[in-house]
Amino acid sequence: MGKAWTFGENMNTDEIIPGRYNITIDPLELARNVFCEVKPEYAKNVKPGDVIVGGQNFGCGSSREHAPIAIKGSQAKCVIAASFARIFFRNAINIGLPILECPEAVAGISEGDEIDVDLASGEISNHTNGHRYQARPLPDFVLKIAEAGGIVNFLKEHDIQELLR
Amino acid sequence: MGTLVEEIFSRKAGRIVKAGEILLLDVDYIMSHDNTTPLAIRAFREIGKPILDKNRVVIHLDHAYPAPNVLAAENHRRIFDFVKEQELPHLFQQGVCHQVMIEEGFVTPGSIVIGADSHSNTYGALGAFGTGLGSTEIGVAWVTGKCWFKVPETIRVELHGRTQAGVYAKDVMIYIAGLLGMDGGTYRSVEFGGEYIDQLPLHERIIFPNMSTEIGAKCGLIAADQVTLDYLDNETPAKGKGPFEQIRPANPRYERLLELDVSTLAPQVACHPDVDNVKPLEQVEGLEVQEVYIGTCTNARYEDLEIVANMLRGRKVNPFTRVIVTPASARIYKKALQNGLIEILMDAGCTVTGTGCGACIGRHGGILAPGERALTTMNRNFIGRMGSPLSEIYLASPATAAATALTGRITDPREYLMQNAE
Ligand code: SF4
Repeated sequence: MGKAWTFGENMNTDEIIPGRYNITIDPLELARNVFCEVKPEYAKNVKPGDVIVGGQNFGCGSSREHAPIAIKGSQAKCVIAASFARIFFRNAINIGLPILECPEAVAGISEGDEIDVDLASGEISNHTNGHRYQARPLPDFVLKIAEAGGIVNFLKEHDIQELLR
Repeated sequence: MGTLVEEIFSRKAGRIVKAGEILLLDVDYIMSHDNTTPLAIRAFREIGKPILDKNRVVIHLDHAYPAPNVLAAENHRRIFDFVKEQELPHLFQQGVCHQVMIEEGFVTPGSIVIGADSHSNTYGALGAFGTGLGSTEIGVAWVTGKCWFKVPETIRVELHGRTQAGVYAKDVMIYIAGLLGMDGGTYRSVEFGGEYIDQLPLHERIIFPNMSTEIGAKCGLIAADQVTLDYLDNETPAKGKGPFEQIRPANPRYERLLELDVSTLAPQVACHPDVDNVKPLEQVEGLEVQEVYIGTCTNARYEDLEIVANMLRGRKVNPFTRVIVTPASARIYKKALQNGLIEILMDAGCTVTGTGCGACIGRHGGILAPGERALTTMNRNFIGRMGSPLSEIYLASPATAAATALTGRITDPREYLMQNAE
């Protein structure tokens, strides 16, 4: 179980992590400044297992991987959004940050709610208001990448063919 | 059986595939540039396995080239060292990556070309599947030769008629971006076709897939036809690689169809601060600009420079406007030089720079001050892209850029084209 941190529509990669912090790709270093302009209290107070909740087109903007790396480095469990921008979606999967598309959950979750997410089934439970939401379950290959901690780690142990097997 | 992207993927997969499926496919070429290669090298080193096929790796130095500062120079150094260490055969310092990829014959119908650059969609102009990815995936593809794809749904844009004199593919595409909006194509393949596209030469076709990125598309595609094959044969070293198949959509099921008659369209401008803030030129006519930038993977091909030179021949650009011309590639530059275009541009008062991305990403070659406004042939007008976050970028065709260069105000090119015709 974790706490929900809510964000607005069209969160772009610069709002997730401003360009001036992109000189490193160290996840912990990036996590120190994640959301620093839109929600400075996040980086200080986030706990492992917390959940990011965003609106439409989350992660739009540049193709830089720093944005999902920064969120993953902050130990958030996953991002739930109404929709994701294309390259952010891929980058998140490849670096092993689970992402769930579920507009209903986004509408029904408020800042600070207690949230439980079953990544394999896509079930999202809001313990604060008692509601449940169903995101599409993540495809098996996404879970495999997430379990390995990203595609780079996956490839250290496996052949790429095993992804879709 | 399917849309163009389904047809291309079906051939690669060796079976019929449909939108929504996830595939692991072999990629033909893997492109990266000076901005994105260093992170790909990092991913590659972490994986710790060898490059599968060095011939498929293509690296360009173009984004900050020649190096405008020490950091950029160090970046280039790292890439040179890596290319030497790995004995990679394809390193280019010949201009904007996407233009050079096409000129050098790396992009062929039905092929899959991925790039660590969001405008890799450009390759769709030749009926190839091109898409932009993050650097990690490029490192992964070096090692595996493969990439995963979700087969996208397709928006078909069917274009009828012919444009009037003074209206170009760029005006049409800007208009489409205004209609579909910045996220109107997200995750989608946007397929461009119809009699308007059929009669367009390749250099004009490129605009559509190139700017499909601006509406969030995964790819922008134009089916290969005789125009494509003739271009490949006559203009690129791809000649021996064929014969290339003219893959076409077959009984496609489109998610959406957008039909448009281009014959009544006037010149268009995408205004600050969003690509879908599109207006007919007459609504912004007379707006003062401090810079005109003619360059980039969108509109700095030989024919674009020719349009500009024909309009500027024997005239002088506004003395209080920076007018910068950055040919997209060395080959284009050379041809423009041989045919006297560069001399015309210089006589008119333009500053002609070396090739590459130049001012497009605000690193060098035409940075904007706070309060300045530029009219450019670029594809993107994000806030602060060309310099100060307090500057403004307006996107238009090369002809509009040339007319605007003469007056220092946004100007309808048709006035000058008429005068030239007289
Ligand atoms: S010219 Fe501009 S849009 Fe094209 S690849 Fe270079 S930076 Fe990107």
